[in-house]
Formats: sequence, C-alpha cells, structure tokens
Amino acid sequence: MKLKRIILSTLFVIMMTTPLVHAEELSVDDIINRANLASYYAGDDGRADVTMTITDTQGRERKREFVILRKDKENGGEQLFFVYFKKPSDVRKMVFIVHKHLDRDDDRWLYLPALDLVKRIAASDKRTSFVGSNYLYEDVSGRRIDADRHELTQTTDQFYVLKNTPRQPGEVEFSSYTLWIDKATFLPMKTVYLDKNGKEYRVVEALEVQTFDGIPTVTVSTATDLIAGTSTLAEFKSIHYNIGLKEDVFTERYLRRPPREVRR
Amino acid sequence: MLSRIFHIFASILILLCLYPASGLTDESLSMADRMYDAYGVELFGFVDTRWGTRLVDDPNEKEMSLGEGRLQLELNRYFDQFQLKFKGDILGDAVLEKADVDIRDFSLLFSPTDFMDVKLGRMVSTWGTGDLIFINDMFPKDWQSFFIGRNDEYLKQASNIIKGSFFLGEYALDIVYTPLFQGSEYVSGERLSYYNPLAGEIVGRNMILEDTKPNRYFSDAEIAGRLSRRFGGVEASLYGYSGFWQEPEGMDPADGKVTYPRLNVWGASARMPLWGGICNIEAGYYDSIQDDNGNNPLVRPSEYRFLAGFEQELAQEMTGGVQYYLEAINHYDNYEQAVPEGLHIRDEYRHMLTARLTRLLMDQNLTLSVFIYYSPSDNDGYMRPKFSYKITDNWLLDGGFNLFWGKDDYTFWGRFQNNTNGYMGVRYSF
Repeated sequence: MKLKRIILSTLFVIMMTTPLVHAEELSVDDIINRANLASYYAGDDGRADVTMTITDTQGRERKREFVILRKDKENGGEQLFFVYFKKPSDVRKMVFIVHKHLDRDDDRWLYLPALDLVKRIAASDKRTSFVGSNYLYEDVSGRRIDADRHELTQTTDQFYVLKNTPRQPGEVEFSSYTLWIDKATFLPMKTVYLDKNGKEYRVVEALEVQTFDGIPTVTVSTATDLIAGTSTLAEFKSIHYNIGLKEDVFTERYLRRPPREVRR
Repeated sequence: MLSRIFHIFASILILLCLYPASGLTDESLSMADRMYDAYGVELFGFVDTRWGTRLVDDPNEKEMSLGEGRLQLELNRYFDQFQLKFKGDILGDAVLEKADVDIRDFSLLFSPTDFMDVKLGRMVSTWGTGDLIFINDMFPKDWQSFFIGRNDEYLKQASNIIKGSFFLGEYALDIVYTPLFQGSEYVSGERLSYYNPLAGEIVGRNMILEDTKPNRYFSDAEIAGRLSRRFGGVEASLYGYSGFWQEPEGMDPADGKVTYPRLNVWGASARMPLWGGICNIEAGYYDSIQDDNGNNPLVRPSEYRFLAGFEQELAQEMTGGVQYYLEAINHYDNYEQAVPEGLHIRDEYRHMLTARLTRLLMDQNLTLSVFIYYSPSDNDGYMRPKFSYKITDNWLLDGGFNLFWGKDDYTFWGRFQNNTNGYMGVRYSF
C-alpha cells in the first residue's frame, strides 16, 4: 500500500516536472485538458485588469474596463468569478458574479449600484456577447470540454492543431472550430470558427504572452467577427496569481462592498 | 443650507469645465484619473436633461410632464479601514419651477469585525425578489419620478439610515435602522393627477394632498431586517419590518390631512434557477396595526401580498419575464362594513400580472424594452415602452412612454390615467 503510494507520487512528480512531452505520448484528451487548465485554471486564483476596445465597422471605438477575480474550487472543476466594471460610466461599479458549474447552468448575479439591486440572471445561453464585445461569455469563463468532439488534425513544430465539433450542433452558431495550441505552454494561440456553411466567420487570437508568477499568460488578444467587420482588442494588466482570494469574496456581501483586490 | 450646497456644486462644476482644457492634450489621463492621482478621490458624474409632455388632456395639470436639467457628482475615497462616499444631484425643474438638491448617497462604510459591515449615512437600499414590484422592500421610493420618465435609478429614494450586516457562516443578517421615518414620494396632485375619493373624481393642482408626517426622531423610527441563506442554487430570505405605511394610507378627520398609519410587515422570499430561467416567489403580511381588524375606515386594512415570477432568455440578446401579484384584504367582512357610504369599496382580491421584454441590439448599444402592469380584476394597467441608445461611451439618448389606462377612475392604475406621457432625455457622463 505504502509502496503503491510512493510509486504513484514519484510518477506524479515526474509528470509534473517533465517540461515537454512528446506529441506521440499525448492523447487528444490530454492536450485539450491541459489547454483548458492553462487558459482557464492558472494558479488557484488570480486577478487581472482588463481593457476591451471594441471597434465597429465605421472605426468607432468603445472601451470597457473591468477587474476580474477568479478562484478555482477545484482544478478543472467549479470556479468563481467576480467582475467589477470601471468603464464606461453607465456600468461603473456594477458587479457581475458567476459561479461556474460543470453539471448545470452557471449561477449569475448582477449588482446595479444606483438602485442597490442584486439581480439574478438566467444563464442559459453562453454564446452571447460579453458586454457588447466580440468576446462571448464562453470565451471568458471557458467552454465545457465535453461539449465538443476533439480531433488532432496536425502537429507542427510549435502547435497542436485540433478540430472541435460540437456534440449538440443545435445549441451553437458554429459547425466546428480549429484550435492552435502552443506545444510549450498549452495556451490556445488561435481559434478559428466555421459557420454552418463551413465558412470562416470568427477568429480569436492571442497576440502576446508573458509569464507571471511562473505562469505563461495571454496578455493581449483579439476577437474578430469576419462577417460584421467588428473586432475587440483585450489587454490584460496587473496580473497576479495565488493571491489568497477567499470564497466569500464571491458572495452578495462583496457586491455591495467591492473587495480590496479590485481597487486600483 | 440649500444655497451653500449649490455653491459647492457650482464650484465643482466650474472646476470640471476648466479641466478638459488641459485634459484634452493628454488623452490617456481623464479628468477622473487626474483627480484620483492628485487627491486619491474618485470623481464621476453626469449631466442630464430630459423633457416630457402629457399625451392626455388634464385640465388640472400642466401639459409639460417633465422638464429638467440635472448634474450628478459622485466622489469616493477609500481609506485603509473605511470608505467614504458622496453622490448628489442638483436639479433645475421647469415643471415645478424650482431648483432642488437630492443627496443620493453620503455614507461611511466600515467593518468593525470580520463578520460585520456597517454603513451609515444617507443611501439607497433595496432587497426582495420582485421586478418593479416590492413586497418586503419597505425602503422609500419615488413613484412620481418613475411615472414621468426619469432614469430608473430615481425610483429609489435615498434615506438616512444605519445598516448593520452580519455574516455568520451560511447566514447573512441585515438590520436597517431609520431614526426618523421618511416615506415614499407619492402622487399628490402637484405634478401628476390622481383620483381623490372624497372629491369622487380625478384631481390635480386644484386639490393637492396635504399630509401629516411622523416627525419625532427615534420614536417615529423604522426598523427592517432580513435573514438570508443559500441552499445550493436557492436563495431564501425572511423579512421583518416595523414602521409605517410608506404612502399616506390613513386620514385624520379633524384636519382632512392624510396620515401615515403604523405598519408591521412579515415576509419571506425564494429565488432559484428553474427551466433555464430564474424563478422567484415572495410573500408578505402587511399588519396595519391601527386598522382595528378592518373596522377602522380611516386606515388602510391589513393585507396579504403574494408574488411569483419567472424570467428567461428567449433568444440571443432577448429576455422576457412574467409575474403574478396578489393583494388580499384581511378581515374583508369588517372592512366592507366599515367603508362609509358613497366611497368605493375595494375588491377583496386584487390580481395583477406583469410582463417584461428586453431586447439588446447593435452590439448592445441599443436597448428596447417594455414593461407592462395589467390587473384583470381592476381592469386597468400601466405600460412602459422605452429605448436607450449609447451614441458613444459618454453620450446616451433615451426616451419612452408612460401609458396608463383603466375602466374606472378609482382603481390603482386607473386613477393616474390622465398622466399618460412621452419623454426624451440625453445624458453626458464623465
């Protein structure tokens, strides 16, 4: 029994310390799992200041500024999000809390400070624009891995290229999407969505990656709607991981009293 | 006092007007950023002007239902142990032909222990689960602002309170103490017309209601409490309130003025995800202490109130909601007997349905919405179609209608039917 534990933990240590695993040894499931953890579960918790610049077809810009706090209840499992809006003025001090579940719809709350109102929001459609940008709710909090069938179509020097097909095509607007996952960091560097006619219509791309607290992190990305001609640039600043966020930060108490971690 | 506040506002306004001159050269630093950098104070605000007109002739009211210019300033300062906040409006009102100051927030927030938050000062408070229906939320409202097309934020009035919140494990307990009763802003005839039962018809500026308000600090206090807890996805709360009817629901026969009778409210609510949407249930018992079991005709009788609602995303960027609301008079037989001859007797049950439809368009920059109250038992209703369009991040254009109807003049919505109006507003936020 003891021996088994030692072997298991040795194996675990080897697994965790092996920096690069050869493609042949990684299954599609391994790749997608590691990509999911790298992009949505970095550290046990974290914070970032986010600026989104939305450019419409006529070149007009609108800006959204918010702070996002995240805490993982378990790696790859349930998560808590706290989004505190700073700009524009009509949403200033609004707070959006999400309790992300894997087995049921997420719980979402929105706090409207001018009315001191805590509104609960139906969270059935995750493929809706997030704050009017080209990012969707699902881009922010992650898409369930088992919602798609994954297929490794190509392995290059730098990327694993995965084609993903939805299991429930009626629930989404795409017919499939292709992910370019960086072999070193497992961060998805590019995602191209095909519409129901197989035509490219949406691209999400990481433009810059930096390492914070030892964790490679996308710091600049864009989402482009190729049909509408609109795009959103997202910039992430003041990134910190493992800051010791308590679970109660993600409750009604902190809607009315934003925690220290969201202030400038 | 008023002139001094004006003076402060005016000085800040002048400062603000001067500021962009230098601010324009460096676009990366906004005025608010500079204020923050220099003094550690967050500064925000807006200027807003809106105009509305009555769409139904009312011989007793002006044709203009809304005409105003408003400046709101908000200042926040965070200290290590506490947070100080100020938010106030100055308002030039063309309908009432006067200037006004509305302090929306002037409060201090601190946490004496891990499990306790205290907020004291003047602020807006809200709780309960209804969508534009309030059962256990006994905090002051301003229905007049709501009916003439001011921003939704003005439906809630600020009041002077001490709020203590305790977080004990799974439970949260909020206690709100109001040392002096304030009451809601009600339709008095000054700006909007209403049905006066003694006159037996719709009246307005020819018969402005006069009230006698409780005015003794501490003895005319209000206390409200809520105990809440989450059971998985279900949020459950218990409520209690001791104070007064928020609108003048009583009458003093000696001077003919309306009064605010004593009231206790006990209630409960639950809110949960259901069928891909959000479902809410709320109930309350309005114990009108001076009603003498319905035998006192000068005081509104005790009532049970019940609400059930459901809201769901109907399609992308489109949300719909429905609610059912019931008011049931307690000791109805006594009430029926007690009502003086010639006055209208209310039904034992008042049923009301509401529906909401909200649609976001143009990358969520255009919001179209409609909210409808309809009572099949009173045969009356109130509809609020609205649009708001964000021209840029700073400029917002909005407008809509407030449409009242009723078969009879004396029902809840029917009494306002001469106030049907349309309005437009524009706001610049900074």
